[in-house]
Amino acid sequence: MLRFLATRVGLLIPTFIGVSLVAFGFIRLLPGDPILIFAGEHGITPERYHQVAMQYGFDRPIWTQYFHYLGNLLHGDFGQSIVTRRPVLREFITLFPATLELSVCAIVFAVIIGVPAGVLAAVKRGSVVDQGLMGTALVGYSMPVFWWALLLVIFFSGILHWTPVSGRMDLLYFFKPVTGFMLIDSLLSGQKGAFTSAVSHLILPTIVLGTIPLAVIARQTRSAMLEVLGEDYVRTARAKGLSPFRVVGIHALRNALIPVITTIGLQVGMMMAGAILTETIFSWPGIGKWMVDSVFRRDYPVVQGGLILIAGIIMIVNLVVDLLYGLVNPRIRHR
Amino acid sequence: MSFKRFATAALLGAGLIAAATAGASAKTLVFCSEGSPEGFDPALYTSGTSFDASGRAVFNRLVEFDIGTTKVVPGLAESWDVSADGKEYTFHLRHGIKFQSSDTFTPTRDMNADDVVFSFERQWKKDNKWFSYAGGNWEYFSSMSMPELLKSVEKVDDYTVKFVLNRPEAPMLADLAMDFASIVSKEYADQLMKAGTPELFNQQPIGTGPFQFVAYQPDAVIRYKANPDYFRGKQKIDDLVFAITTDPAVRVQRLQAGECQIMAYPSPADVAKLKADPNLKVEGEAGLNVGYLAYNTMMPPFDKPEVRKALNMAINKKAIVDAVFQGTGTVAKNPIPPTMWSYNNDVKETPYDPDQAKKMLADAGVKDLSMKIWAMPVSRPYMPNARRAAELMQSDLSKVGVKAEIVSYEWGEYLKRVADKKRDGAVILGWTGDNGDPDNFLAVLLGCDGVGTSNNAANYCYKPFEDLIQKAKTTADQAERTKLYEQAQVVFKDQAPWDVLDHSQTFMPMSKKVTGYKINPLGTHIFEGVDISE
Repeated sequence: MLRFLATRVGLLIPTFIGVSLVAFGFIRLLPGDPILIFAGEHGITPERYHQVAMQYGFDRPIWTQYFHYLGNLLHGDFGQSIVTRRPVLREFITLFPATLELSVCAIVFAVIIGVPAGVLAAVKRGSVVDQGLMGTALVGYSMPVFWWALLLVIFFSGILHWTPVSGRMDLLYFFKPVTGFMLIDSLLSGQKGAFTSAVSHLILPTIVLGTIPLAVIARQTRSAMLEVLGEDYVRTARAKGLSPFRVVGIHALRNALIPVITTIGLQVGMMMAGAILTETIFSWPGIGKWMVDSVFRRDYPVVQGGLILIAGIIMIVNLVVDLLYGLVNPRIRHR
Repeated sequence: MSFKRFATAALLGAGLIAAATAGASAKTLVFCSEGSPEGFDPALYTSGTSFDASGRAVFNRLVEFDIGTTKVVPGLAESWDVSADGKEYTFHLRHGIKFQSSDTFTPTRDMNADDVVFSFERQWKKDNKWFSYAGGNWEYFSSMSMPELLKSVEKVDDYTVKFVLNRPEAPMLADLAMDFASIVSKEYADQLMKAGTPELFNQQPIGTGPFQFVAYQPDAVIRYKANPDYFRGKQKIDDLVFAITTDPAVRVQRLQAGECQIMAYPSPADVAKLKADPNLKVEGEAGLNVGYLAYNTMMPPFDKPEVRKALNMAINKKAIVDAVFQGTGTVAKNPIPPTMWSYNNDVKETPYDPDQAKKMLADAGVKDLSMKIWAMPVSRPYMPNARRAAELMQSDLSKVGVKAEIVSYEWGEYLKRVADKKRDGAVILGWTGDNGDPDNFLAVLLGCDGVGTSNNAANYCYKPFEDLIQKAKTTADQAERTKLYEQAQVVFKDQAPWDVLDHSQTFMPMSKKVTGYKINPLGTHIFEGVDISE
């Protein structure tokens, strides 16, 4: 087990270097000079340009810049945003809880609805229910996030006034963030109605961000279930006279869930991509919106730092998942 | 233990009731703003979004723009004298102006000449401890040529400050009304420097302005409360909240749902819908900007005024403005907007006349001309859709036998290539005024100093024009300056270095309950003097 752990952790190092290279390189491949964008229509004199370039080290050869950056990273220094001039790491830590909170809610939403829908479709295979559910899932999967979000906002917030349009909390409530998770902070604040407000603000973004994972999970559950339902032990269970609920809910579902869990894990990574659009529409102050703004401003340190931090989190989550598999299934450990 | 618990509960309860009652009586104005400020030190940035959040809400300047106009009126200085040679400006400061207090800072003295001198020296003197606190990029201070212009900023006594210039500069007062010239507290700066936390200067601003900063949640909300000691009187609204909402369609939804009472930058397409909403009103005002098509006057055949004029005649400006602005823009004829003083309404507009254009091109010996039209990749108030405008120009030009190719680059790259003196063809670009002075348009965009920069995209340097604007720059008398600029506009029209396209309209949709809001022609949003009825 120790060796397994060592190999897994050892693999992180080349992955990290790869990620840092990609993060550093890609933003520089995009045309556009951060200093010129910053200056805008006002323009900038060549002397001033040179001065600013020197300050950020843009005048040095790219490899020198990279190694310098890598050296700083090893000291935990992610650099400073060119635009806000605040440390990248601090900005990330301020904004990340918002993204995490939304992603967790979205994945819970997707699982709670997606798995039962998949099971139902599998059990009623070929029926109107199956076709209806899978058709809906296909629509959900194909819908452009931006359009879907605006549609929900116009209908539920604009016409019915059931949900707030955007933001994380009614502006009436104001408290200092403790954990950064609005659901927890609103309870800690002790302000009446704050928690309800936090929940109501989460509803639409959760639905929007959860729609695609929901569709994927429902379809995956259906096909996994269909496979398992044809297995001998399910037939045996049926033959034993177990209630249909026990057969489907216990015997079949437990086995079918293994590939579904893998899918759910993959969807967590995909959420980061979905979060960018969802956060933009709902003015959700998370890292997706932060990254997009920074790409447009060519704020190199933020884009690099943000990518590395996100990749780092995904790498750690994957490592934990790998280790958990190892614990659950000894065959993987010995490979 | 149980007593402690009881006491805590009682306190909490009392606090809740207090908060609830305070909430009931406090007037809150929520502004759906378009983006996050880059920071809260107005001298560090150039974007309107940052000025809204810092310079306009929290700070004051020696002189200020009368809200809703570009007229310069007294601010922290109650009066000033200008020397006969136009090189010395002496400001007499108001007495009894208090800087705001926060949890961490309580001023021990009133605003005085030390604060004024510090506010400029920190941006100017490299040996000032504050010069490099946030990277040392004082963009506006340098782009308004302050380092070359200023000879000294001296404290004469506690309430008198003298600015000495290297040359006479008529727009100086207007420059000092800009956000970079906001007066900051030296006492607060000293306290932060001593504590080793200078970065807080850019995060927790302390000013003298109508609102004081309370809190900022990045990308979400900025909160202010009315400054009880404000020298023009405490504001009628108690709390001012910026709800940051980047998507314009979502801002509209929030305004209609009552989540905010006023919003920034509606899409032109939404204006009609907002006007129709019975709970809202939409105020409009001509923006202080200009959109234009600049020929490269250094490259043939665009070095000939008659060719440039012929091309201007071939382009149907009205159709372009109608298509691109959908009724939210006006066709321009002068390089400065009509709301600016010295605008010359007697200038004759070049008519749209393709036949005449064809003839003029032939007379000038231009045959089978093929040129580039540069379409900027970003949307700006003065040009919401340059691509569309370029396509319409392309089709207009083809009718007079000119083949136009549309090119576009990423924004930074675009500006860089525009600055190339050998650039081929004509570029679509524009400008929004900084300080309401005609010099800020005519000298910056068409003066000889700007050749080879993206400011003077036409690379235009014409002696008769240059003489007029240089003379106006050093003349103190406004009536005299007006005459000079009026003449300059006549020369411009005759020379046609640009096809002047448009001036945009600025719209501010707001709840009918909001009163006293005045649209700032300079583009930022000012909430001083605004009230909201219950």
